[in-house]
Amino acid sequence: MYKSLLCLRYLRTRYIALASIISMTLGVATMIVVNSVMDGFSTDMRDRLRGILADVIVETNSLDGEPNTQDLKDRIQRAVGNDIEGMTATVEIYAMLSVQYGSQWQSKPVTLIGIDPATKATVGPLSKYLVNTREESIPDWELSPAAMAYRKEWTTRAQWMVDRWNHNPPPEEDVSQLEKPVKNSAEKPGAKEPLAPPKFDTGPASDSPFDSKPQVAEKSEPLINPFENGGLNQKVFDKEEKRDPGSPLKGRVYIGYGLVSFPYEDHDTGETKMFQIVKPGDDVKISTVTAGRPPEPKHFNATVVDLFKSEMSEHDSSLVFCNLEYLQEMRGMIDPESDEKSITSIQIKLKNPEDAAMVVSKLEEILSASKFRVRTWEDKQGPLLAAVEVESAILNVLLFLIIAVAGFGILAIFFMITLEKTRDIGILKALGASSNGIMSIFLSYGLALGLVGSGVGVVVGLLFVRYINQIEKFITFITGRKVFDQRIYYFPEIATHVEPMMVFWVAFGAMVIAVLASILPARKAARFHPVESLRYE
Amino acid sequence: MTETISMPQPQLAAVAVEKAYRKDKHKVPVLHGIDVEVNKGEFLSIVGQSGSGKSTLMHLFGLLDTPDVGEIYLEGQQIDDLPEHARDQIRNHVFGFIFQFYHLLPELNLLENVLSPLMIRYSTWEYWKKRKQFKQDALAIIDKVGLSHRITHRPSELSGGEMQRAAIARALIAKPQILLADEPTGNLDSNTGKEIMDLLISLNEQEQLTIIMVTHDNLIAAQAHRTVRLREGQIEVLGKSKSASVPA
Repeated sequence: MYKSLLCLRYLRTRYIALASIISMTLGVATMIVVNSVMDGFSTDMRDRLRGILADVIVETNSLDGEPNTQDLKDRIQRAVGNDIEGMTATVEIYAMLSVQYGSQWQSKPVTLIGIDPATKATVGPLSKYLVNTREESIPDWELSPAAMAYRKEWTTRAQWMVDRWNHNPPPEEDVSQLEKPVKNSAEKPGAKEPLAPPKFDTGPASDSPFDSKPQVAEKSEPLINPFENGGLNQKVFDKEEKRDPGSPLKGRVYIGYGLVSFPYEDHDTGETKMFQIVKPGDDVKISTVTAGRPPEPKHFNATVVDLFKSEMSEHDSSLVFCNLEYLQEMRGMIDPESDEKSITSIQIKLKNPEDAAMVVSKLEEILSASKFRVRTWEDKQGPLLAAVEVESAILNVLLFLIIAVAGFGILAIFFMITLEKTRDIGILKALGASSNGIMSIFLSYGLALGLVGSGVGVVVGLLFVRYINQIEKFITFITGRKVFDQRIYYFPEIATHVEPMMVFWVAFGAMVIAVLASILPARKAARFHPVESLRYE
Repeated sequence: MTETISMPQPQLAAVAVEKAYRKDKHKVPVLHGIDVEVNKGEFLSIVGQSGSGKSTLMHLFGLLDTPDVGEIYLEGQQIDDLPEHARDQIRNHVFGFIFQFYHLLPELNLLENVLSPLMIRYSTWEYWKKRKQFKQDALAIIDKVGLSHRITHRPSELSGGEMQRAAIARALIAKPQILLADEPTGNLDSNTGKEIMDLLISLNEQEQLTIIMVTHDNLIAAQAHRTVRLREGQIEVLGKSKSASVPA
């Protein structure tokens, strides 16, 4: 009884000891903040990776792909069917994306992924990341009304420009007349359209100094339509294409936001803004290679249906999703006889993502290693995640050293306190307290300090994590410098994820250190000889 | 030199006790073969000059220290060679201590100081169960020493006489058989000292409490039933002045 009473009294009357645990409090708080932020980063990244990629990916080693799609799917289904929640076949290929902006063509290497949105939706929540698509809906390749209107507007303008150049700058009154041929061409594409290509071809070449020229070149869609209509099979889009040059091309893509937008700093406000050069409804050029030996270069134009923004700069600036069928067609992956369509990878979503390693090993058994590679999304992003993990491990060690330093502070202060309390220890012994009793006073005092220190630390840490973005904004406001720059970091906000076990272990570790630090002084106190303690005044 | 050797079964007895302190390699002898006995209900005072070993003798009685040679008997039982745990128990149950400098715990208020021997004696749970009874006992004893108006005060807010009375209350709460008082009036003015002495005498008379009091003041010592005079570690028989042979 006297132990807890004295322990509490010491706690209340000795503020110097509380000072010694401030570093412990700070250490605990920092550890919680760092771990939560690091964990939030990896958790968020994993979520986003999963949304775009899948849990497990089966890839062919050859870019030509695997023709027996159904057979492959069946084999996967038989081997690990019970663990699979969804599966989608895709074609993944390196490509170059060319986008026109102003008078320049900008080209970027991209990973072009042919997907079927309906089955892709069973693998990952793609629509969540599409800028103009509602999250619940399954994305398709249709343009939104706004995009259609925009497309109609610029194609009309482009047609007008083409015609204007062709007719050796017509007077302004002609505009209304020029609109008509466009409409006519929509009604009778066979008659009007074939004329366009040659005119267009000559037009831009001769009028290259025009600022507006590139726009025209990009919007040379009427030129391409007839080519496609004539050169390749006409299936789904043909009717629409013939009716209206403003209708989208057969090739449809979702483009990563980072590919077509650039951050810039507004000189007036100092804010970072994004400048976007492509809108849904625009056309882009894609260059890739065909399947078969040797691969031939292949170019095609495609209409941007939507932009996707996963807030993971790596994906946003490297991925382009394309309609699968069209890509297969362009790459010559459709066998003309059997109508067999090849694919290069199968994305698999698992019921339980933790099973990934097990599924991978099972799939590796049934699929021949010479033809297929089986990987998890973590393998694909392995180095980055590993780097984050190593970083947080090192930080944990360093921060725990801070707490250990706090332990030495407690040790020193406790020696002082035992010296100061020598007489009291003598009194307690004279009153019949045992050495163990004296020792446990100081041990529980250490534990109490540890409890207070780590408890306050936990509260401060959790509050900091809770309001980390507000704090960041406040610091930005005070210093006028952006602390957390979106251009550098992957995500727009600081993501945090508090793991209760982590908090527990940090607090527990701090308390253990506090108790360990108080063992030596407590033993010293317990060994005081009562007579010696009482003698001096 | 034994004194009341004829008394059968004294309550507390020191037999041929020797004690020396070690200072580096030098041995500083303090007591050379002391025999003292105290009977139940007796008020014994031990007087002597500073350094005569009287405090050491009291510490040996109170088991705060162990003799180098000789034994301490409590009601015929040797107690100086008991294990640590048993010695702690005896200190708590049998002895009550009063010190020259009061030695109250500064963090606790008067009531808590008085209760501290009981807190030490009982486990937290037992103490919790009996806390009301203990508090009543403590209040009764505090009342007896005349400090009822001071129960929530800290020792630093009390005067010397009040602190000593609080220390006496603390010594009494555990219902000891023997009260060991080390210069109880040494730090008090004569009036306050007299009050304390009156309190001790009344305790001795009314409750038959055995008291061993160490003092250097002959006048104070004279108020006891019997006086043992220590000189350079040996007992001086009353009335005679016997020169002690000091061994090297």
